[in-house]
Amino acid sequence: MSKPRVRAGKFFMHGDHACAEGALAAGCNFFAGYPITPSTEIAEHLAYRLPQVGGTFIQMEDELASVAAIIGASAAGVRSMTATSGPGLSLMMENLGLAVMLETPCVIVDIQRGSPSTGLPTMAGQSDVMQARWGSHGDYEIVAYAPSSPQEIFDLTVLAFNVADRFRTPVILLGDEVIGHMMERVVIPPEGEIPHWERKRPKSPPENKGDYKAFLADDDDLVPPMAHAGEGYHVHFTGLTHDELGYPDMDADTHHRLVTRLGEKIRRNADQFIRAEELYLDDAEIVVISYGCTARSARRAVREAREQGIKAGILRLISIWPFPEKRVEALGEQARAFIVAEMNLGQIRREVERFVSQPVVGVHHAGGAMIPPEPIFEAICSAGSKT
Amino acid sequence: MEKAIVVEAHPLDAIIRSDRMPHIWCPGCGIGIAMRCYAAAILESGIPVDHHIVVSGIGCTGRVAGYMDLDSYHSTHGRAIPFATGLKLANPDLMVTVFSGDGDLAAIGGNHLIHAARRNVDIKVVCVNNFNYGMTGGQVGPTTPYTARGTTAPYGNPEQPFNLPSLVSASGANYVSRWTTLHVRQLKRDILACFARPGFNFIEVLAPCPIGFGKLNNIPDGLEEMELYRQRCVLTENGEVDLDVLSIDLREDKPIYIGEFVQRNRPVFKPVRIG
Repeated sequence: MSKPRVRAGKFFMHGDHACAEGALAAGCNFFAGYPITPSTEIAEHLAYRLPQVGGTFIQMEDELASVAAIIGASAAGVRSMTATSGPGLSLMMENLGLAVMLETPCVIVDIQRGSPSTGLPTMAGQSDVMQARWGSHGDYEIVAYAPSSPQEIFDLTVLAFNVADRFRTPVILLGDEVIGHMMERVVIPPEGEIPHWERKRPKSPPENKGDYKAFLADDDDLVPPMAHAGEGYHVHFTGLTHDELGYPDMDADTHHRLVTRLGEKIRRNADQFIRAEELYLDDAEIVVISYGCTARSARRAVREAREQGIKAGILRLISIWPFPEKRVEALGEQARAFIVAEMNLGQIRREVERFVSQPVVGVHHAGGAMIPPEPIFEAICSAGSKT
Repeated sequence: MEKAIVVEAHPLDAIIRSDRMPHIWCPGCGIGIAMRCYAAAILESGIPVDHHIVVSGIGCTGRVAGYMDLDSYHSTHGRAIPFATGLKLANPDLMVTVFSGDGDLAAIGGNHLIHAARRNVDIKVVCVNNFNYGMTGGQVGPTTPYTARGTTAPYGNPEQPFNLPSLVSASGANYVSRWTTLHVRQLKRDILACFARPGFNFIEVLAPCPIGFGKLNNIPDGLEEMELYRQRCVLTENGEVDLDVLSIDLREDKPIYIGEFVQRNRPVFKPVRIG
C-alpha cells in the first residue's frame, strides 16, 4: 500500500476524479467498467488508484458484464461500483433489476451526455432521469443523486455507497458532463471523518445457519441482513421471485409481497437519504426546481430575481429519486408558480406537475449546452408579472 | 409395472438442497447427472464446502444453482460468467464454478464467454450442452446442428452451430474438455482436476434433452441418446484431435470426440497491485 486510500486535503479537482476519490474514500474496493465518454476519467483514475490501495480494477467487455461483475463482487462483501453514460446505462438496466431483486448493494455512476442513442458523446445532458427511475422492467424504487459540483460528486459518491449498503439497494449517481469535466475546489476530509454506514449482517453465526433466512426482512426497516459468499450460510440468491429463504417461489402472493416490500423498503426509509438544498424558499411565490449542472444557472437566476424584488426561491434536488413529493406538495401551498429548469424536455417537470396544482413552466433544452441563467430569469420574471 | 424405489436419504444430501426436491428437470434429461458429478467432486475436493460457490445463468441448467447446498447465485440470462468474475476477484480464496447451459453461455452470454477465456480469469465453467433451449420448449440455439429441427426452425435450422471447444480454445482458455452424461467418472475426475488447475477451465458436457431437442430430431428418449454416446464417443488426449472436427451432429453416424482437448499454462488474470 504505497498511497493513502483517502487523499485528505484541498484540491483543484476534476469532477470525474472527485467521483473516483469519493469511491475510494467510501471504501470501494472493486470497479468494473467499460469506457464511455464522458465518464471514462472515472475508470481511468480508478485504474490508476485502486491498485495502490489493494483494490481491484477490471475493464469488462461491455456494460452488461460490468454491472454483473459489481453485483458479484458485492455478493462477496466488497463495496463495488461502475461508471458509464446514457448508452451504457441502457445496457445496465437488465442487471439493475437483478441488484434490486437480489438486494445487493452497488453504485452505478451515470455521467449524462446528450441523448437519445449515441447523441452528443462529449456534451452534457440530463435526460437519463426517467431511465434511472423506470429503465429496468418491473415495479421498483431507485435511489439517485444529482451532484452539481465536483465537491458534491465526491460527497454524494460516499453517500451513495452508504445508502446502498445500509438499505441493500443499487444507487445511481446521475452526474452530467458539465460536472464530470469541471475543475473546481474539492476538500477531502481525513479518513476518520468520512461517514460510514454499515451493511446489516446476520445475527446468528454460520454454524446456526438454519436460524438465518437471507431474505427475511427486519420489521422496522424492511432490510434483510446480508450474508456474503464464502461465509458458510449457504445462501441462495435468485432473480426469480423468491421466499424468505431465497428459494424460487412461483406464487402470486409471494410475488406481490416481495415486490411490495422492495419498494416500501426504499419509501419507508427515504427521509434518511433524501437530500435537497433550499434557497429563499421561506416566502417564495415562484419556486424554481432544478438539479445537477442546470441548478448552478438556476441559483444565479433566482438571486438576480431577488435583487429585482421578485419573491423567487429555489429547491435544488440533490436526490432526484425518491422524488421529494412531500416537500413539493408543501411548496404548492405557498407558491403561485413553479419553474423547472433541466437539460431535457420535461422529465422532472412532469413529476412536479403530479404534486402541485399551479402551472409548472419548463425551461428545457435537449442537451449539448448548459442552460444559461437568462432564460430561467426570464421565466421567473414572466411568472412574477402574472398576478 | 415395477414399484418405485423410495429412498429416505441420498448420498449427496450433504450438499444438495433436498428440501428443493423434486427438481424441475424432465425424465431423461442429463442435467441432473452432470450436477451429481459436480456435487461428488466438491465433496472429494478437499476444499471446504463453504468455499465452493456456484453461479448459474438462466435456463434448465441454470437451475443447478438452486439445488446445490452452497452459496449459490442464480443470475440473469447470459451473465453468470461476469457475475462469477466479480465474485471471484472480490474474494480470490473462493472456488467459483459457473454451471449453465449452452444457450445461456454461448448465445446471450457468448461475448462474456470468449472474454473470460481471453482474460483467463480463474473460474471453472461447466457447460451442459443439450443442443437447444430446453426450458422454453425446444427452440434452436447456438449449438443446434445445421438443418436440425427446433420449434423456431420447423423446417430445419438454417444456421451453422458453434463448435464450443474450438471457440473457447481460440479465445485462450487454459483448459478445454468435453464429456457426456454417460462419462460420469471421467466428468467428476475432470471437475476435480479443474478445481486444482488455475485459470479459465471449460468443460462441455453433452446431455440428452429428449423433450426439447430429441423428440423433434428422432432421439425422443434420453436413454437412446446415451446409447449414441456409448457407440460413437472417441476418447482423445491433449492435442491429439484437430479442434475443427469437434462439431457434433447426433443425427450423423460419425465420431463424437471427447476428452481433454486443450491444456495450457497461460498467465491467469490477476488484479494489478502496486507497492
